[in-house]
Amino acid sequence: MKVSLFLTCLADVVYPASVGKSTVEILERFGCEVDFPKKQTCCGQPAFNSGYHRETKEVAKHMINVFKDAEYVVSPSGSCTTMLHEYVHLFEDELEWKQKAEDLKNKSYELTQFLVDVLNVKDVGAKLEVKATYHTSCHMTRLLGVKTAPITLLKNVEGLKYTELPNKEQCCGFGGTFSVKMLPISEQMVDEKVQHITETDAEVLIGADLGCLMNIGGRINRQGKPIKVMHIAEVLNSR
Amino acid sequence: MGIKIGEEKFFERVEKGINNDFMRKAVAGAQERMQGRRLDSISTLGNWEEWRNLAEEIRQHTLENLDFYLEQLTENVIKNGGNVFFAETAEDANDYIKSVVSKKNAKKIIKSKSMVTEEISMNQALESIGCEVIETDLGEWILQLDDHDPPSHIVVPALHKNKEQIRETFSEKRGYNKSSDPKELALFARETLRKDFLEGEVGITGCNFAVAESGSISLVTNEGNARLATTIPKTQITVMGMERIVPTWEELDILISMLARSAVGQKLTSYVTGLTGPKQKGDVDGPEEFHLVIVDNGRSKILGTQFQSALQCIRCAACINVCPVYRHVGGHSYGSIYPGPIGAVLNPLLGDYDEYKELPYASSLCAACTDVCPVKIPLHNLLIEHRRVMVENEGKAPFAEKLAMKGYAFAASTPTVYNMGTKTAPSVMGPYTKNGFISDGPGPVKLWTDIRDLPELSKGKDKFRTWFENRDKGGN
Repeated sequence: MKVSLFLTCLADVVYPASVGKSTVEILERFGCEVDFPKKQTCCGQPAFNSGYHRETKEVAKHMINVFKDAEYVVSPSGSCTTMLHEYVHLFEDELEWKQKAEDLKNKSYELTQFLVDVLNVKDVGAKLEVKATYHTSCHMTRLLGVKTAPITLLKNVEGLKYTELPNKEQCCGFGGTFSVKMLPISEQMVDEKVQHITETDAEVLIGADLGCLMNIGGRINRQGKPIKVMHIAEVLNSR
Repeated sequence: MGIKIGEEKFFERVEKGINNDFMRKAVAGAQERMQGRRLDSISTLGNWEEWRNLAEEIRQHTLENLDFYLEQLTENVIKNGGNVFFAETAEDANDYIKSVVSKKNAKKIIKSKSMVTEEISMNQALESIGCEVIETDLGEWILQLDDHDPPSHIVVPALHKNKEQIRETFSEKRGYNKSSDPKELALFARETLRKDFLEGEVGITGCNFAVAESGSISLVTNEGNARLATTIPKTQITVMGMERIVPTWEELDILISMLARSAVGQKLTSYVTGLTGPKQKGDVDGPEEFHLVIVDNGRSKILGTQFQSALQCIRCAACINVCPVYRHVGGHSYGSIYPGPIGAVLNPLLGDYDEYKELPYASSLCAACTDVCPVKIPLHNLLIEHRRVMVENEGKAPFAEKLAMKGYAFAASTPTVYNMGTKTAPSVMGPYTKNGFISDGPGPVKLWTDIRDLPELSKGKDKFRTWFENRDKGGN
């Protein structure tokens, strides 16, 4: 099975290789042939959510072209995968592009969703001795509808003691530009999230979206709390 | 007053909200209680998604045929001996209501809670002609006594107050001298209000839904105040937003079941009242005269636009009860009688973009509101749509942002530029990086690092692209 990796700009620019690397290695372990279309950039979400839809269309057209020959597109982000799906609505009035967007949507998956729903894998054979909790990202859970896949996979990680996060479905306050435009509100939201994480006694906070992890992790770091933040791909690739 | 409450600027209101510890605790507690109850009560219904689809269909059908149903409703109200008045503006509505009250020489008005009368500032209009308007919903009554403190929630208007504050208000304004025990407070309110009910000359109510097929109005309450307000006074005026209508009793049944579950986690409220016109021959009670005031006040401008689904709202406040932003800033921060996600969508439509320009951005787009809405209003999408309208149609985007977005779009659709940028960025950020993190970033990063650190940007061999290129299998 051929899989094209959509890395996302945060994994590309902000985070070191391990998120992308782990994604590639997990997929390869389950027999996927992974390629990385080098011309890929960003999904367009910053412009889309800010209301710049003309600009988003430029980005969307580029990304549709980048992945037009892919068999499957897999991404280590629920939010960016949701955005690829959103292209269909963006081109409501341009039928040719709408069709292309539809094609991309039908072959695009978030990593854990792909593992569980397409490859039918429930145990990736990972091992990590750690007490952890998991933050459910909003777009991934509510818009992409991926609720159980990450938990299923995490519960099968050997040595991982999983504690559910209180108020797990509450937003961490990232929201892209919301995190700076509405700084005082975002601060309260991330503080409450960090408080809940602290209550679980977890050593590691796991998430499937780097945006949320950048926000929560950044606040944890600022507060000097001894909690490590890991992307789910890194956890699933631990042996 | 209209929908707007107070003169403070958005961020001033937010700061006040954030610093109000009591309010925040009350809101967080209430949100959790109400969400829990809602989940319990929708689980007893089974197939919640199918119920939502049905409710959405009913609301959409009604809105798409609103002219037909309004006409049918009007005909039936008149057939039953009532009067109907269509008010295009708040002023039209108030003028009509004042004229009815004046004709009766009424001075004492008893009112059952209604958002639309808040929206048109009816109380002030009636007070200006020398009437006393008494709120009979407990929450509204508390707010009225407390020097007209504005509501902070659609269903629980005094959510921001605790029992001590209520005791103080009662004692200061009405000479109450007992404890802050909710039972004693409620008994006092009941005794005081009972006298007002008996003296009311005109009763004014809102309307949860009007039933077109019979010309009836329906009200849901847990206190029974709407029943007293509609049966004791000789004249009844009901004020409704023009979209609050259902074709038949069958749809009413469905929507009220969903309203009660979504709002307060009850299968039904204690009282579900259906009223059809004035007292008929042989009836033992009820008003002698009935007036239905149907208020437009900006609603018809929303019909037929991309925002039409906002009119599907049945005012259950489920979106408010799950909203993480509302949770931290409280209802008054929205600067309107309509707070929370539905307020952020409605206010720029019923008010304007200048007054409410921040509200569409006061959402992290987490979509909890969209997920919970019993009539499937895509609230977070409508917030994005507001942003789009402000950027593309209203020219309200800040210049620097417009420039940044153009730059972003160019870079994100031109791989060479994107790659150049991602290669340069780490060295630009280099001087600000310490121990793998940036704690005091430059330019646009500064706001981010005001409250949180940013990881060091990946470069050289730490970059995924470098790692992938160095493998035997290359990209394309």
